[in-house]
Amino acid sequence: MKKLFEINWIKTLVSLILTFVIIQLLISLNIINSYLQSTLAAICINIILAVSLNLITGFTGQFSLGHAGFMSIGAYVCALITLRIPTIPGFILGVFAGAVTAAVIGVIVGLPTLRLRGDYLAIATLGMAEIIRIIFLNMDKITNGAAGLQDIPQFTNWAWLFLYTAGTILIISNFIKSSHGRACISIREDEIAAEAMGVNSTRYKVTAFTIGAFFAGIAGALYASTFNFIDPKIFGFSKSIDILVVVVLGGLGSISGSIIAAILLGIITTYLQAFANIQMILYSLALIIIMIFRPQGLMGSKELSLSIFNRLGNSYKSKKGRV
Amino acid sequence: MERLLQQIINGISLGSIYALIALGYTMVYGIIKLINFAHSDIYMLGAFIGYFSMTTLKLGFIPSLLLSMVFCTIIGVVIEKVAYKPLRHATRIAVLITAIGVSLFLEYTTMAIAGANVRSYPPLTGILTKSFMLGNINISMLQILILGITIILMILLQFIVKKTRIGKAMRAVSLDSDAAELMGINVNTTISFTFALGSALAGAAGIMVGIYYNSINPLMGMLPGIKAFIAAVFGGIGIIPGAMIGGYFIGIVEVLVSGYSNSLYRDGVVFAILILVLIIKPTGLLGKNSREKV
Repeated sequence: MKKLFEINWIKTLVSLILTFVIIQLLISLNIINSYLQSTLAAICINIILAVSLNLITGFTGQFSLGHAGFMSIGAYVCALITLRIPTIPGFILGVFAGAVTAAVIGVIVGLPTLRLRGDYLAIATLGMAEIIRIIFLNMDKITNGAAGLQDIPQFTNWAWLFLYTAGTILIISNFIKSSHGRACISIREDEIAAEAMGVNSTRYKVTAFTIGAFFAGIAGALYASTFNFIDPKIFGFSKSIDILVVVVLGGLGSISGSIIAAILLGIITTYLQAFANIQMILYSLALIIIMIFRPQGLMGSKELSLSIFNRLGNSYKSKKGRV
Repeated sequence: MERLLQQIINGISLGSIYALIALGYTMVYGIIKLINFAHSDIYMLGAFIGYFSMTTLKLGFIPSLLLSMVFCTIIGVVIEKVAYKPLRHATRIAVLITAIGVSLFLEYTTMAIAGANVRSYPPLTGILTKSFMLGNINISMLQILILGITIILMILLQFIVKKTRIGKAMRAVSLDSDAAELMGINVNTTISFTFALGSALAGAAGIMVGIYYNSINPLMGMLPGIKAFIAAVFGGIGIIPGAMIGGYFIGIVEVLVSGYSNSLYRDGVVFAILILVLIIKPTGLLGKNSREKV
């Protein structure tokens, strides 16, 4: 059993290094030019956001519409720190401080609101995100109000983005496989039954919410550092909706689904830039059509993993054997 | 004191509009448990249809109001048939994402057709331009008209829901749609009718916002939509009188906050009220606590 685990671990490591090296190669060969690099950054940020929201909504079953609020906290904290300490350690400190602040706010917000269920929780988290946005809008002296923060030093490159994205995916998928993660899934399946089995549902809901907020903070910090400019408008209600769309499109409760959906949506948006005036119409139509014909999302709650190749190989072998 | 009364009068006009939109949200939520995000865009379409009817067709206010209500009814029913009906048995989050898709579709299609710029309604004529003083409080004919139309529509709605056969069917379906179906109620027709009623009210709200604030744009529905939904939650979602009370309450609070302090905090206060209500009494002002069953 232990050996199997190690083999899987090596497989994961190899595939991660391969992904990193291939993209790094494409960047140095200038096949991924600076325009596509910003798409790449947007995809990485969206993956972090989607995977962390999937932990809250897909695995723990708590419907949150306020993810952009946590993202904005990470973005503002990181931007304010790197504007004062424009060095690499300053950037690392900024990302970390942003994520921790978002997580702390996550606990403060989560404790009272996570008692609510379903749509009530959705609307409460929406309200909370809007309040955070309005606070940033009104703290003119620190956040420069509606005009936003400009000239945020850029530290992110592919290596940083990859490190944070892969880290997020690994930590969250390991969390889900742990006993804590199984407790979260049991809450999604049936909260009353989970409580009857001795799962402290409030504690696990707040834990999932806090971890989600932490990584949303990281995504916000990376956003600020990549795009050099933030204002409160970016982190409005529609940003939260965008993140939720990625999660639902990929499949609630499927991490690989979230990753695939984030990559697909990133590529589609880049190519739809050419039709700027009807871009949103096409996007909304695609959303409606996908939901009508595949309401469980692209992946459902299944995961895409390397073992699928093993299985394909096995079925091929068995077919060959029969002939 | 006079200032307070004046603000409350202004708040009632705004509240009327929120109440009309909130009614649509609350009825749809009551019957299929869906936060119909597209509802706020039907309100926006109501404002645009009213605008074209008053400028291009040169119709008066009342014919424009009726025209806009009729068109919004049709659009509401079509949306329900095309987008929501195939998802009757899907998860609620899938239906919600569809509603968001419909909302974006309506916003950006309107933007592509009518342009993103802000349009202003034609100036009012005749008796509507008048206003009179009650003591030191200024009341315009327009505010009386808005309140009057809202009250008439609400009485009409109460009559339909309480006294007609289809209203009885609506109440039955919102209580238990499976049981209602077994009793011979056509659930699909009833749901369509609910969307029709809600959309007609949103259309009326749209054109009244147009003449009251005099400026419309394709994204105007977003924030009032969320606030109207908050109004519905405040009063107790699914409860029609609750939506009316909630709408007026949110309208008055909003005007008071922007009158007495920084208007930037206006939206923040509304959201803070929402969170407080949800934490203290999640079922809303008029909602009944239902016990959780396994």
